[in-house]
Amino acid sequence: MKQTKLCKLISKSEPIPGIFDFTVESPEIAAEARCGQFLHIACGGGTFLRRPISICDARDNCVRFIFEVKGEGTKALAERNIGDFIDVMGPLGHGFEVKPEHKNAVIIGGGIGVFPLFLLAKQVKSDVFLGFRGKDRVVMEDEFASVAKSVTVGTDDGSYGYKGYIASAMDEYLDKNPCDVIFACGPKPMLKAVKAIAERRGIECQLSLEQRMGCGIGACLVCTCESTKDGMDKQLRVCKNGPVFDSREVTLND
Amino acid sequence: MINTKINFCGIEFKNPIVTASGTFGFGEEYGEYVDLSEYGGFGAKGLTRYPREGNKAPRIAETPSGILNSVGLQNPGVEYFAAHTMPSLKNCGAHVIANMSGNTVEEYCEMAEILSDTDAAIIEMNISCPNVKHGGLAFGTDAKTVNELTAAVKKHCKKPLVVKLSPNVTSITDIAKAAEDGGADGLSLINTLLGMKIDIHSRRPILANNMGGLSGPAVKPVAVRMVYQVHQVVKIPIIGMGGVMSGDDVIEFMLAGASLVALGTGLFVKPDLILDVKRDIAAYMERHGIEDINDIIGAVRLN
Repeated sequence: MKQTKLCKLISKSEPIPGIFDFTVESPEIAAEARCGQFLHIACGGGTFLRRPISICDARDNCVRFIFEVKGEGTKALAERNIGDFIDVMGPLGHGFEVKPEHKNAVIIGGGIGVFPLFLLAKQVKSDVFLGFRGKDRVVMEDEFASVAKSVTVGTDDGSYGYKGYIASAMDEYLDKNPCDVIFACGPKPMLKAVKAIAERRGIECQLSLEQRMGCGIGACLVCTCESTKDGMDKQLRVCKNGPVFDSREVTLND
Repeated sequence: MINTKINFCGIEFKNPIVTASGTFGFGEEYGEYVDLSEYGGFGAKGLTRYPREGNKAPRIAETPSGILNSVGLQNPGVEYFAAHTMPSLKNCGAHVIANMSGNTVEEYCEMAEILSDTDAAIIEMNISCPNVKHGGLAFGTDAKTVNELTAAVKKHCKKPLVVKLSPNVTSITDIAKAAEDGGADGLSLINTLLGMKIDIHSRRPILANNMGGLSGPAVKPVAVRMVYQVHQVVKIPIIGMGGVMSGDDVIEFMLAGASLVALGTGLFVKPDLILDVKRDIAAYMERHGIEDINDIIGAVRLN
């Protein structure tokens, strides 16, 4: 039987204001975790529901996740101290699918969407594109650089690296370079742009989506996304069918 | 040796713990956390005559000590359930309470006939879904309509018929009596309370559907009160539900008058909640020298 786990918080940092980098001890989760999966975390502080947070890395009996303080739940979680035990369900969901034919992979992340891509980047030698609002929001550039074929960082305001939307940087790269799969996670507008580019070019594309969740395991049907199919497959469960979907499966219209 | 068996509508439940429809799917997902045989029974996801896609997301918002949901009855339809889902649950070790919502009296009757030919133990009739235009709430708020609908469905129903009541009414006891007079074998309450949450910065409701059903500990006192009031005026047994988070909460509902008690939203927080609940109940019975759990049903002593 699967179980919820109390995991000891063994390291905690705030690499940029409002972004918290946590590592918890859990040999079971570390052994089971696949790239693109998430943890469902009881944040404490009087909040009720668990919060889904993507796995950033898993190794040495430990699991790392990085999150932004957005509301009451993540605020309470950020206040936990090293040595505290955190109530975790997971790993959950359907992550990225890495296939033998993926010889030339591109990874693209935007904002806090870069964190769920790190474990993947460690597994597939890729050309990585990371987009942020501005120079002061850039995170994990060096870590991605240590595992990737190449890293291109861009900022929307042009204060660092490529000037403009990171999907445009990727599109320009694809004009000149071979690519057989794109893995993406980030804000909805970025995902829409990446989906359009991939489909125009006929490249396989896997998107990691986000949605407000309830149970986290597929029973309550609240975290749905609109699919391109009809009937009972019209609304897919982000927690169970995803969070990673083939771009051709989802409309991103919701 | 304590007894936790409950006879509900002529069916023996090995313990009084069930689940609330809509929080438990068809048992598959939670079955990975706790063997379904731990439950007396479970409420399967609400069915409609034909498949439904449900509402747009977001379908959930957290509120103080609870949640709002607006799933909108996404389900594969009653025929799919009868042909595929129910057969796979036959040996799951717990009674299945099938749940149905209709647009019309005819749809309710057709579904009752289809479900009567399955291995579901009980048919729960939802006349109180707040999240769809024709999902029953229109049926559930008028006593005369509830009475006529129950009487009509009862003629097509070969299983015990439990009517699920909405709290979004002026007098829950009038509706309860109307269902009993119509021939209901049992009642379940409460469904969710209609609620709303607005993002003050965007000035938009969090839920895509704008409004949704409130559940979780926030609604428990309302649910306990309604179970108590209904128990005072009907003879048929009650499934109580609303914000159960512990065995103590189950005892509270039973003292108010519930024979069975459903876990619901609490499962989202603790998928193995039933294990704690059963431990709590056994401890309570031992502490108070209660040998038979049936002795506490409706045993609240008013001041």
